[in-house]
Amino acid sequence: MVDFSLWDIFRNLGLAARWTVGLSLLAFVGGGLVGLALLLARLAQWPGAQRGVAGYVQLFQGTPLLMQLFLAYFGLALLGINVSAWVAAGLALTLYSSAFLTEIWRGCVNAIPKGQWEAADSLALSFGEKLRHVVGPQALRIAVPPTVGFLVQVIKGTALASVIGFIELTKAGTMITNATFRPFTVYACVALMYFALCWPVSAASRKLERSFRRDR
Amino acid sequence: MIQLDFLAVLTEWPALLRGAAFTLGLSAVAALLGLGLGVACGWARSNGPRWLASGVSAYVELIRNTPFIVQLFFIFFGLPSLGIKLTPEVASVIAMVVNLGAYAAEIVRAGIDNTPRGQVEAARSLALSELQVFTRVVLPPALGRVWPALVSQIVIVMLGSAVCGQISAQELSYAANLIQSRNFRAFEAYIVATAVYLALSVLVRWLLNWAGPRFVFGRLPAAGR
Repeated sequence: MVDFSLWDIFRNLGLAARWTVGLSLLAFVGGGLVGLALLLARLAQWPGAQRGVAGYVQLFQGTPLLMQLFLAYFGLALLGINVSAWVAAGLALTLYSSAFLTEIWRGCVNAIPKGQWEAADSLALSFGEKLRHVVGPQALRIAVPPTVGFLVQVIKGTALASVIGFIELTKAGTMITNATFRPFTVYACVALMYFALCWPVSAASRKLERSFRRDR
Repeated sequence: MIQLDFLAVLTEWPALLRGAAFTLGLSAVAALLGLGLGVACGWARSNGPRWLASGVSAYVELIRNTPFIVQLFFIFFGLPSLGIKLTPEVASVIAMVVNLGAYAAEIVRAGIDNTPRGQVEAARSLALSELQVFTRVVLPPALGRVWPALVSQIVIVMLGSAVCGQISAQELSYAANLIQSRNFRAFEAYIVATAVYLALSVLVRWLLNWAGPRFVFGRLPAAGR
């Protein structure tokens, strides 16, 4: 049996944590883009967009992320696409993030007083101009703290990708446990690493929210 | 050409039904105990002694910043090396309670902190004990104010319990996994299970919204909210 010191456990978990970070960023950025597109479709009042997006959000918020991962994994395989765990996890987490982010941002846009839209209308601004110059900048300010807060959710969500065989922090923890037979130490280290990733983000979100409240 | 065969999955409905019932049972126990823990921690954070309040905030921060699956694995795989052996079901409930407790603590505290000062002062002037002030005057309207958030959190924990199948607690996702290992209809099995989860989340949300005013915090006069 290979002897693992505490340092070895930490070092290997640290290497695996890079994949957690990578997957989180991919899902967050991808989810942000898709979420933004959905938000714009809603704001532009495309026929059916209101209902469609609401259903989409309900679907992703009302089902377990684990099931979404399984469906992406087996669904893509069914379509004949040769999927690695990377693709399936990236796709599922992107869609999951997009549903939450679009809902968060819709709330932020709704928080902008109606008079702002009307004032922009009375200046004969186009839809794009209204968003870019009037509503967007104000909504963006409100949106930053909850969006940063949601990043924590995404980081924690990537832990589930371990179940479909994506080797990130949690999966590495399981593998190291199988080699060392020290589950207590290893999972405590894994938890500590997630905490080290998530806590600064949570703290930043809280701080942003406080400073926003002060500014008002 | 893709051929889906839902019938092969649906004929296994007894397993799905058992799984769904198990998920509901797990969630019900976790919701009851988790809310209790949340209220206790919420009290400790807003009214408790300083050392207790800081202990509770450490617990809340630790749980909120680590994934549920790691908490579950730590409890199920990690604790036995301290001599604490747990069945998958007990480990699942403990993990769900600990998880819900941390989130509920934050939510309940927000409700408690929004209590108008005058209500507490009025209650004290009637010579109620501190315990009575909390349980009769502060807590019910506080729970009423934050009930929608608590309901959402309970639904989130129920959906999160899908992970408990990974330690072979026999809930809904475990049933789906069992079915697909029998008939190799993985996609269909998980579609059906996902649909059942969706139905469960709508059902639980509806049930809790109905039960809250009746059994948890009572009907509040409009001024109490």
